Formats: sequence, C-alpha cells, structure tokens
Amino acid sequence: MKPILQVQNLSKDFIKSLDLVAKGLNRIGQSYKEEVVHAVDDVNFSIFKGEIVGVVGESGCGKSTLGRMVAGILSPSTGSVEFDSSQANNKEIPSALRTQMIFQDPFSSLNPRKRVIDIVTEAPIYHKLITPSEKRAFATEMLQRVGLDPDTLERYPHQFSGGQRQRVGIARALAVSPEFLVCDESIAALDVSIQAQIINLFVDLKDTYDLTYLFISHDIGVIEHISDRVIVMYLGRIVETAPIETFVKQPNHPYTQALLAGVPRLEVGKRQYEPISGEIPSPLSPPTGCHFHPRCKFATPRCKAEKPALREIAPAHFSACHLNDEA
Amino acid sequence: MDPILKINNLQTHFFTKAGILKAVDGVSFEIGAGEIVGLVGESGSGKSITGFSVMGLVDPPGKIIDGSINFKGQDLSALSNNQMQGFRGNRIAMIFQDPMMTLNPVLRIETQMIEAIQAHDGSISREDARIRSRDTLGLVGISSPDERLRAYPHQFSGGMRQRVSIAIAMLNRPDLIIADEPTTALDVTIQGQVISEMQKLCRETQTALLWITHDLAVVAGIADRVCVMYAGRIVEQGSVANIIANPMHPYTQGLMGSVPSQNRRGKPLQQINGMVPSMLNLPAGCAFQNRCNHANEKCSKIQPDITQLADRRQVRCFNVPAGQQV
Repeated sequence: MKPILQVQNLSKDFIKSLDLVAKGLNRIGQSYKEEVVHAVDDVNFSIFKGEIVGVVGESGCGKSTLGRMVAGILSPSTGSVEFDSSQANNKEIPSALRTQMIFQDPFSSLNPRKRVIDIVTEAPIYHKLITPSEKRAFATEMLQRVGLDPDTLERYPHQFSGGQRQRVGIARALAVSPEFLVCDESIAALDVSIQAQIINLFVDLKDTYDLTYLFISHDIGVIEHISDRVIVMYLGRIVETAPIETFVKQPNHPYTQALLAGVPRLEVGKRQYEPISGEIPSPLSPPTGCHFHPRCKFATPRCKAEKPALREIAPAHFSACHLNDEA
Repeated sequence: MDPILKINNLQTHFFTKAGILKAVDGVSFEIGAGEIVGLVGESGSGKSITGFSVMGLVDPPGKIIDGSINFKGQDLSALSNNQMQGFRGNRIAMIFQDPMMTLNPVLRIETQMIEAIQAHDGSISREDARIRSRDTLGLVGISSPDERLRAYPHQFSGGMRQRVSIAIAMLNRPDLIIADEPTTALDVTIQGQVISEMQKLCRETQTALLWITHDLAVVAGIADRVCVMYAGRIVEQGSVANIIANPMHPYTQGLMGSVPSQNRRGKPLQQINGMVPSMLNLPAGCAFQNRCNHANEKCSKIQPDITQLADRRQVRCFNVPAGQQV
C-alpha cells in the first residue's frame, strides 16, 4: 500500500542573521557567527490513509514546526512533503486545500471581527467551491457537522466559549473538504470535560469523512487514546516511531521510556515519581551525538560522539538508539 | 491532632455590576500537618479563589462574606491586611502557575530571597539569610546554588524558575503551602521533577500542602485527600484511593471518564455534555443538574446537602447509593 503522505529528509532551520554591528566587527577581524536553530532536523516518515499519527515531545522539540510544514504554511529548508493525489476522496478539490490545520488557541485563531457564517464560508467562496448564494445553507450544514446550533451563525467569536470556538475552527477546516488534518495541540487549551467532547468529535469526523490526521500533542494520555501510530521527537529529531500498542507496552528509546514514566495516571494512583534529571537542552547548541545523552541513564561514550540512525528494530517500529546495536 | 488549616463554610462573593458572583459558596475542608490535599476543578469552579481567600488576596469587588479560615487556632478571615502580612510568605506561602508572578524580573534571585527572609525576621543578618537561601535552593534541586543566587530570573528556564519560586515559598519553613496549578505550564519530564521534589519536601518538613489543579491524574499521583469543586462548591471529597476507585458524584465520574488513556482506546470518551454554567445565574437546586444523567425533579428544586460517608468522605448529591451513608 502506498502512503497518502510522505515526508522525506525534511528540515527547517531558523537563522538569526547578524546585526549591523556584528557585521562591521567581522570586517575588522572578529568572528561573529549566525545563530542557527535546527528546529526540524532531517525527518522522514509516511502516513497511510485513514491513520491517526500522533506526534509527542516536549516544548522546543520541533513538533509544531513539523506540523506547519506538513500543512504547507511554512516552507521547508530542505526535503519534501508529498501528498498522493490518486488517493484523494474528492479529486475536484484543488490540491492546496487538501491539508488543513486546526490550531491550539481558539481565541486567536478566529478573526474577532467576522461573524461565524463568514469565517466558515470565506475559503470555499474564494476557491469557488460554493457560490455566495449558497452561503447560508452551506454554513448551516458545516455547523451541524461539528455539533453547533445553526442559530449561532450570526454570532461573533467572542460570544462563544472555548470549546465552541474550537468547533468553529474545525468547521472552518472542514469547509473545503480536506483529506488531511493537522491538529496542533488542538485540545490543550480546553477544560478536561470539553477536551473529551472535542476528542470524540475528531474520531467521529474521521470515520464519517474518511480523514487522515497528524495529531500533535504534549499530552501522552491524549495521544495514547487517539493515535494509531506515534512519532516521538526530541530536539528536532525523531527518536522513535511505533504502533500504539508497542509504544505503550515496549517503548524502546530511553527518552520514550522516561516520558511514559513521567505521565501522571489515574490508574496508578499515589506513587513515587522517579523523574529523569536535567533540563531540555537549548536547541541553539544541542548536545553532540545523540541529543539525549546528557540526560540518559544508559549513555556510553559512543552516544556522545556519534549520531544514532533511526533503524527498524521490529516491523513498523523504528528507534534511534545505539543500545540496539549491542543487544 | 488538630489540623493546620480548617476552612468552614467559606463564602467569597464578587459584587459585580452584572450581579453577585458566588465564586466560593460554602466550602469546608481541613488539611493536617504533612498532608497533601488536592483541590480539583475546571476553570471558573472557584478553586483558585479558595486559595486566594486563605492568603487574604481577594481584591474588591470580591469579599469574604461568611465562614472561617482557621489556621492553627487563629481565624485568618478576621485579621486585618497588616496582620495578614505577618502570615503571608512566612507561615503560609503560595506558589503560582506562572513563576514570574512570584519573581521580580529586575532583581537578582539572591536579593529577592534575602528580602523574603528579612521581611519576617528583623534580627537575622544578611549573611545568614544568604546562607539559608543557598541551602533552600539546593534543597529544591538546583545545582551550584552559589552561582545561581547571583542570576536574574530570565537566566533560568521555566522549570528552574518554578523551582526558585518553590524555594522562596519554603524559605521561612511555612506550615502551609498553597500551590495554584504549579506544574501546568511545565513539560512532562520537568513536571515529574517538581512533583517529586514537593512530595519529598512535605514528607521531610511536615508542611501541609494544598495543591490546586484541573488535572485529576496529577492529584491522583501526589495527594492524600482530594476535594472536587464545581461552580463554587465542593461536590465530593475524600481520600484519593477511595475517590479514584469509586467516584460517587456524577461530576467526579464524568471528570474521570473524560481523561483519555490507553485503556479507553477505540471507545469514545464518556464526555460530560454541555458546559460550565455561568456563575452569575446558576440554576436553582444542584448546579450540575443540566449536565447530569441522573438528575430528577428534586435536583432542579433543592440544593443538595453534604452527605457524610465512612472515612471522612463527603458527597453533595441526592443520588448517593443507599447503604453508603453513615
């Protein structure tokens, strides 16, 4: 089977260029260097149709940058994101619309001066998917799809609660009949009970409209619940990808293991935390070799010197750790 | 043994132009020495205002209109602001979600810590205060505390800043710490570090801890007892083990069902329908009735009272299974 989305050697560097003073000083023999952050560093993965792929990692690991590149709102420094048009549900929709994004903050992702009816219909009218006369009927249908009362069509975003606003954001994404949704921390800003409603909505929509998701979250509980496959990132690199059962039961990479051990869980109840020590290093000057070695219990001199490659250690289970070579 | 903090029927209301907002409406609970109590609720449930009320930090139009806050035999709600000043940061300390609410960005950590000590103990010398600050920083797991004392807050990462604010809270060996969402802004691995640090400190120093959070899973991991708040009232409280094993209030059940985890894969989450009602016009009767699957006519008319159960457990619901009541 061919994947519907293929990401190859994708990288994104953010460069802070030199200011005038530093440039001048460089002319007279100083050596100021540009600061480069490798936000995403040579990432490869593929997603099959109908899958929900979760991306987990802590702040600064590059998961949002990755999501933005996949959604097409940030251009990659090198590498490519390819969407297989032959597998699209609706081949008449322009390819640029096939990937849509749902954002974290339902407050800042909606234009506060537009009514819901205009927010939801702006893109399909612009792309001539509907005519302006169909606007009201179309918006009504979209709101019903995401569980909002169509009576709210004329309202402004500030008249909604956080959960409802997130539903408007989802309706806006669905309005152009996308194939693929990138959800970047889409439920992180919501209360627990509202979170559950939106998660259920995502799963329902996937089944109804045959969607594929890249689901980015720092919340491992959410990822475990919703994903079929998980990508674990650390400082711009993928350290492990695994099917969900393997991720939960047999995580391979020491970082994944530490991450899973740190998750507070209801079932476990009161317990002693044994956290991994140390901070997340600055992405401006990441550690040499394996990025995780300064915090890793099992680190060897090789981990410090050599970057581990992402290798398949079991079917569909990839991990980037030198320890796998010795076993 | 007497509890460190005993709150009885606390009512903190906000007198706004739109009407009276009962942010905290009849809250009662206690915390013993060395005990960790989790206060759980969604945004707007009044959990933070409960913490602020204990600290005497409720600003107008908010006012504590009734109830008592008994701290080691003294009623804090009757004290003047000046008298409260002697308790704040000394016997009772608070940790906020955003450590920059505690830290002054333009002063060195050292200055801020020494100030916090000398404010409550005029006789201690600057050098002694500095030594105590250094030791406390070491206690919360900050390496090379001597150098770190000279640093400014912006030179620390988020997790380190939260440790510094925990250290400042610990400086005067308080009897009670109120922590308001202290790990919400932190990454999972850093959250684990902070939680384990707090657990250790409470055990070693017998400090009572009130841990305010929206995350039931965090509370399940750290607390001895838990109070679940909804619309200004505690709807259920008891030991963590009892409540996790057998939640009785429909809201607690809904909250637990909403937490996604590997065990519920493939099944829809048990969501709580609807949303938190506006605190300005709560329905008569039980505040949860509109979202509750078991609500009947009685719930829409009468405010349910607290039902006392075994093991100091309390539930505010009419539908507590028969035979459980004490």
